[in-house]
Parts: sequence; structure tokens; C-alpha cells
Amino acid sequence: MSLAIEAHDLSKRYRIGQMQAAYGTLRDSLTRVAARLTGREETHERQEIWALRDVSFRVREGEVLGVIGRNGAGKSTLLKILTRITTPTSGRAVIRGRVGSLLEVGTGFNPELTGRENVFLNGSILGMKRREIQRKLSDIVEFSGIEKFIDTPVKRYSSGMYVRLAFSVAAHLEPEILLVDEVLAVGDAEFQQRCLGRMEDFSGTGRTVLFVSHNMQTINQLCDRVIWLDGGTIVEDGDPSDVVTQYLQGSHSSGSHISWPDDESAPGDDLARLLSVRAIDEDGHTIDTIDVRDTVGIETRYRVLREGPAVFAKIRVRDRRSDIAFNAMDIAPHALDSSAPGIYAATAWIPGNLLSEGTTTADVAICTLRSPKLHQRAAQYEAVLFTVFDPGDGDSARGRFTGQISGVVRPLLEWSVERVD
Amino acid sequence: MSQTKLEPPSEQLVAEPRDDEAHLRPDRRTVVIRPASRWPHLDMRELWHYRELTFRLVWRDVVVRYKQTFLGVTWAVLVPALTTTVYVIVFGKFANFPHGNTPYPSLTAAGVIPMQYFASALTASSSSLVSNLPLVTKVYFPRVLLPLAAVVVPLVDFFIALPVLLVLMAVYGTWPDSAAVLLAPAFLGLAVSTALGIGLLLSTFTARWRDVPYMIPVFLQILPLVSGVMYALDQIPTKWQWIFSLNPMSAVIAGWRWAILGEAAPHWGRTTVSVSVAMLLFALGLAVFRTYEPRFADTI
Repeated sequence: MSLAIEAHDLSKRYRIGQMQAAYGTLRDSLTRVAARLTGREETHERQEIWALRDVSFRVREGEVLGVIGRNGAGKSTLLKILTRITTPTSGRAVIRGRVGSLLEVGTGFNPELTGRENVFLNGSILGMKRREIQRKLSDIVEFSGIEKFIDTPVKRYSSGMYVRLAFSVAAHLEPEILLVDEVLAVGDAEFQQRCLGRMEDFSGTGRTVLFVSHNMQTINQLCDRVIWLDGGTIVEDGDPSDVVTQYLQGSHSSGSHISWPDDESAPGDDLARLLSVRAIDEDGHTIDTIDVRDTVGIETRYRVLREGPAVFAKIRVRDRRSDIAFNAMDIAPHALDSSAPGIYAATAWIPGNLLSEGTTTADVAICTLRSPKLHQRAAQYEAVLFTVFDPGDGDSARGRFTGQISGVVRPLLEWSVERVD
Repeated sequence: MSQTKLEPPSEQLVAEPRDDEAHLRPDRRTVVIRPASRWPHLDMRELWHYRELTFRLVWRDVVVRYKQTFLGVTWAVLVPALTTTVYVIVFGKFANFPHGNTPYPSLTAAGVIPMQYFASALTASSSSLVSNLPLVTKVYFPRVLLPLAAVVVPLVDFFIALPVLLVLMAVYGTWPDSAAVLLAPAFLGLAVSTALGIGLLLSTFTARWRDVPYMIPVFLQILPLVSGVMYALDQIPTKWQWIFSLNPMSAVIAGWRWAILGEAAPHWGRTTVSVSVAMLLFALGLAVFRTYEPRFADTI
């Protein structure tokens, strides 16, 4: 059987500064050059990270390959390389066949153009020939279900119509290799469901799919094989259920508890250092999963190294798509005075019936305040990870509903309902 | 952070049979992804492959250009007509600029229209990467298409504006009097390649630094003054003409007037200097653009 994708030792290096400073003015760059020349450049600006490191794998024609891993594991970078949006720093990949991806739904849509005009524009951008678009035009329009508005400028479309038309174009691309990034996919639950449906149709016709997802159930269901990426390298490559099981175990044992053996390696500065972070239940036990109705604590232990401004902890909770659900910080009175040196344990208690279901992560930071600025002394991105589940007993915000619910939080609200007529 | 790398299951490492069917399916493209080449070059075959996208990008900008304007495409005529009028009144009537044998209005219009093209082409191409940011970060295609499409789009305005010049030529009876008129497209081509060369250079620059949009208007205000838009270049001292010839637009306008208005032929030595500068700018722009192209998606 022939191969659709071959990747040999793919590596991609980013300079941290490159990622942070999305763009700057010429003066910024000149200042940086000056700082470098005079040796005053701060070291962290020159840090480099390997988003991918020596990743090799092969995908057979017709195979459905899943790619899993934590945020920042290199999944998106891998897709960007395979779609040629960015080039690898080293290594190479061979792709045989026309590539289509559902990461670029609606890319290049121009609000001033009509739906029909945008179909042609977007189709060309996705790599379709004019004749091909003409041939498929009626199918595309029909599939989108917006025939009536096809000659209206898309700036007058609702966001739902916009996404439907955009997806309809992408769905008719008929690539031989389909790349899907569920995390990046836009749109509501229904739209995501359609993406998945389209993928299933696809794999049914013997075409190759590379599917990046956080949803282990979908991965298990759709994929023939799974690659687990972590820190830019392949940790495991094999049968979906095996890899998913290992991934879930692996990420749980290390995910809900992180600690640093010594101050040297711990994040922080001369004032404060992180020691450990845990996700805990009300009894103080480290937990991997939590019932959506139960209180969960984020316990941050830190060391204050010297007398100085008041030090306090801050958390940032992210939902399953890594979107920020909320920020919270310790506002108790002690956060106003100076903190005495020593070890502290600060626990933020997140009430039950607030988080939404799925993989939840928390960034933690140790801060000092000089209003209106918050100064982060020590910080850890996605320090802990745990899963929120809803057993569906009917007394959560879900009630008796079993479908998908969107939103970064899912509070259980009090409803007052009375008959007014 | 784990650095261990488990090899893929060994059965897949067995030397696979080459894809013997690939040559039977000519539509099936094999793409090899490699680190960015140290030696930037322009892949003409690839550009040809993407010709429909180029056309579509041009078409998009042409269609969108005058959307939601009351006068629509009339602006393509009005802008050069009004600019010419202002120049005629200010420089022709009051300042009495030298204009040789050609009536001042035709002389100016023949300068304003190519200059207008150049200004639009330069502005659009230098911001082409940034204004198509979603495309650059989400889809692959040769990025050269963006500045390329951007210098083609204003050609449409150029041709729509030509009647302004034709009307003035009819009024003043200045018609092309030799086969030189056949060279008019060549001088237009010089303007296109100059705009593309600088556009490639500046769009690369703009992908990293957003200073360029501030520089361009200043540059474009000075440019007509040193290109002989509102006066005939051969009216100034010769040693200055040599310096002015470093500006390719001076050759474009002088040559254009020679071809269209039957003015005296441009000085060929100075024209050669202008063409060389334009070619150098183009080569430099292309080299710089291609060098930084692989990094656009990461730094833009």
C-alpha cells in the first residue's frame, strides 16, 4: 500500500520573542539590536523553543491518523508544516495527493463580495480550479442552504450563514488528504458535528485523514492509529485505544499535580518562587476528575524569599479549548501588606456548578500589585489539568439535556418562572 | 518534558514499495516539504500552477475597489482629472512651469496618469502581505502572488483613466506622430516592474515592521516633483537630469510623453540608467522577499 504522508525528523524552532512580539515597530527592533550590541539584552528574549523535535511518521493511503497531546505539544505546528503555511527548521516531509484542510474554513472571504463571488474566491484560495467550482457551484449552494441570499454581500449574513457557506465550500474540495484541527475549528457544536460527519464520509471513501483533537472519544471512534505528541516529540504511536489510555493515564498522573524539586528550576524571581500546584477536592486530596457539582481547589504552594511587597496568588482557568474561562486572585487583606519570607499554600476554591465539562486547565501566577499594574513574579502556563464530568443526574446546569453545551463556564443559575398570562 | 521518541511500529519502517501508480495519475501532486532554501529562487512552474488564484485575487480587488461608493468607478477618471486640473491651474497658470512645445494640460495629464498608477500600485503592493493576513497565516500559496496581484489591480484604473488623456489630446491636437507609440506599453511595463520591485521589498519589511505605511505617503508626495510630472524634465539643467534618471519614474514619464504626445525622444543614456535601477530594485526586492517568505507566517 502506498504512503500518503511521510515525515522524516521534522523539527520546528521558534524564538520565544518571535511568538510573543507578533509585530513591533522598527524602533523596537533597533532598540533590541542596540541592547544586543551593548550586551544589555535580557536573556529570556533570546530563548528558543522547539515546537517540534525530530518527528517521524508515515501515514498510509486511506488511513485515519489521530494526533493527540496537551496544548503546546506541537500538534498545530505539525499541521502548519504539513499544510506548508510554515516551513520546518529541519527534516522533511513528502505528501502525495491534494491536501485540503478544515483549518481554513472561510479564509479569504471578503465581506463586500456576494456569497456567489466568495465561493469562487474561497474555492480558488483552497486550490480549486475555476471549472471545478463552476461544476460544483449548485451543490455548494444547496449544501449551504442559503440559496436565497447567494447574491447578497456576505457582510449582511448572520455568522451562522457565513459559516455554513464557508464550510460548504471546504466540504466540496474533495482532497485526497484531509487535515483537520478540531481545536481550531470555528463554529458552534452543530457545525463541529458536521465537520466530524464530513470526516467520517471521507474516511469511508478510502481517503487519508489526519485529525487533531482533544476529544478522546472521537479519536477512538474515528481513527485507525493515533500519535501522541508531547513537548514536540512523539511519545507513542499505535493503536487508538492503547495510546488514548496511556495518554489519559499519563496526563492524569502528572497533570493534576506539578512540583519543582528546587528553587533553581522553579519559575520565579528573587522575591517569590513556585513550589507546587495541585488540583484538589474539598478533603485536600489531589484529583484528576471532578464532578461538575463539586467544589474543586487549585492549591498553589510558593516560597517568599525576602521581605518585599505583598505577594499573592492568581489563577487563570481555561476550558477544554484552552479559552480563558476566568481569572481570579487572592484579594484577602494580607495581600496589601508586605509578606514575610516563608512557604505559603494558597488555595482558590472554585464552587461546584461553575466550570463547564471536559478538560480544564489552570495557569497559576504569583504576583505583586502596584495598581493599576499586576506584576507576575512567578508563573506557570497550564500548571494543572483535570477533567470535569457531569454524571447527568439532572441536578446540574445540564438538567436532563444530554447534548452539547457551549460556553467557557456553565453556572447553575436560579430561575424564577411564573405564569404571567 | 519528555525527549524520548518511540519509533513508529516497525512494520511501517519496512522499505515501502515506491508509489508506482503516481505516474498513472497525472493530477496527483507530490509535494516535498523541506526547510527553507538558502538560495531563494522563483519557481515559475509553481506560479503558473497558481495562475487562477492570481487572477482571482486581482478580480477580488477590482470588484471590491469601488463598492459602496456613490460615484463608483467614475473615481478612476475623476481622480486624475482633478489632479491634472489642480496642476494646470497651480503650476501651469500661476507658476508658469516650463513645458516645451506640448500644451501644458496634455503634458501634465500624461504625467499624472502613470504616476497615479505607480502610487496606487506601490501603496497596495507594499501592504499586500499585511492586508491579506488571514491568507498568509492559514493557507499556502506562493506569497509573491500578493504583491503581484496588487500591482496589476491599479492597471484597471489606469486604462479607465486614459480617456482623460485622449480628450486633452483631441482638444489640443497633440497626437502620437511616430511608431514610438508602439513603445508606450514598454514604459508602462517599466512602471509596473518598478512598483513590483519596491513593493516586494517594502511588503517584506511591513511583514515585520509597521513603519512603511507612514513612510509611503511622504515618499509619494515627493515623487511627482522629482519625476517631472508637472514639468518637462528636459527643461532642467543636464547634470540634474542625470541625477533624476536614478528615479525610474522619470524615464517612465519622459518615455510615455515621447510615445503618446510625440515629444522629443528621451535621452537614451539616462533611460538606460533608469531601466537598470528598476531592474536592480526588482532583483533586490525579489531576493529579499523570497529570503523572508518562509518566515512570513511566523512573524507577520
